[in-house]
Amino acid sequence: MSVVAADVSKWSLRNVSFELPPGSVTAIVGSNGSGKTTLLNVLAGHLEPESGHTSIAGRVAYVAQHKPMYKSFKVANVLQFGRRMNEVWDNDRAEQWLDRYRIPRKLQIEDLSGGQRTHVVLALALGSRPDVLLLDEPLAELDPLARRKVVRELLTEVNDNGMTLIFSTHVVAEIGGVADRLLLMSNGRLLVDGETDALLEEHVLYTGPHASKSPVEGPVVLAKHGRSQSSYLVRSGGTRIDEPWTARYVTLEELVVAHLERGQ
Amino acid sequence: MVEFHVDRGSGFPAYLQLGQQVREAMRLGWLQPGDRLPTVRDVVATSGVNANTVLKAYRELELAGLVEARVGSGTFVKASLGSAAPEDLDPLRVTFAAWVAEARSAGLEDEDIYALVREVLSGGAQ
Repeated sequence: MSVVAADVSKWSLRNVSFELPPGSVTAIVGSNGSGKTTLLNVLAGHLEPESGHTSIAGRVAYVAQHKPMYKSFKVANVLQFGRRMNEVWDNDRAEQWLDRYRIPRKLQIEDLSGGQRTHVVLALALGSRPDVLLLDEPLAELDPLARRKVVRELLTEVNDNGMTLIFSTHVVAEIGGVADRLLLMSNGRLLVDGETDALLEEHVLYTGPHASKSPVEGPVVLAKHGRSQSSYLVRSGGTRIDEPWTARYVTLEELVVAHLERGQ
Repeated sequence: MVEFHVDRGSGFPAYLQLGQQVREAMRLGWLQPGDRLPTVRDVVATSGVNANTVLKAYRELELAGLVEARVGSGTFVKASLGSAAPEDLDPLRVTFAAWVAEARSAGLEDEDIYALVREVLSGGAQ
């Protein structure tokens, strides 16, 4: 069963196709201009795909990167707005989020810091009790401590309410253990689609003497050759190797960078 | 109670990190048979780890016969790990802590110490 399914093309998206199960947490990663935001806009229904279709079961909330809100609204007005504009509205849930981060209700949106604005739009999104929450670079304006706290709170919401979370990010080093699914995009294409843990277990970096061919079976993601040394990042599924070669697992960041380098 | 810590940048999958931390706590006697592991929600809320990751870690420990899930009441430690009795473990820890202090004052970093321990354990330094 999937709660989100997409198979779409759009000027900056080409044949992007995937299905996500309910309650899953998916990170969309990729370089600037790779189509992450377009994909989120298509999923949110703000953009029509040129061909293909998307299907999302349930209510969707989308927090765009620039966090559009009326600047002259006070925080309290934003919640009123949410109550009026949504058929389903959980005011307690929105208020609790604002309480947790001590957001003054009397301030106007234009007087808030970037981090505070982030909390207001997240409160607005969660108040609408979404089945699927789409976030474009949600953590960009938060400090490292707040980022961790927000991640913990969002994952708790996922756990308690069975919400499906999809977010884009540039900070690959922060998604281990957070996202169970990774979508890596480049030039509008889906380069990698897999479970985060499985991807880490499949990819192995083999380093050894100069060799024109990979020392193990499996798709080579990236090969690099020095004067006397070669290294192969192979999706080998964890094949062991004999000396003089050495093998090690790579970090998510190394994995992503290698796929992006190869994709260029 | 174990407190989980996940190194997000690590190449070691998060669910395996959690499993390893439970195993270590069992070896060190912090977790005994009959003890309850933290609920999935607690781990999610305190460590910022995805619920699916925690469930996967607990399932893996269950398959290994180390813990058992009791419907409605949680996941409990079933087996004991490690062959040392606590009264043997304590003096060894004291000696080892002194050794680590000596190694650090000689300028060794954690990675150097791990490498040295691995080398000695594998018998490579004979």
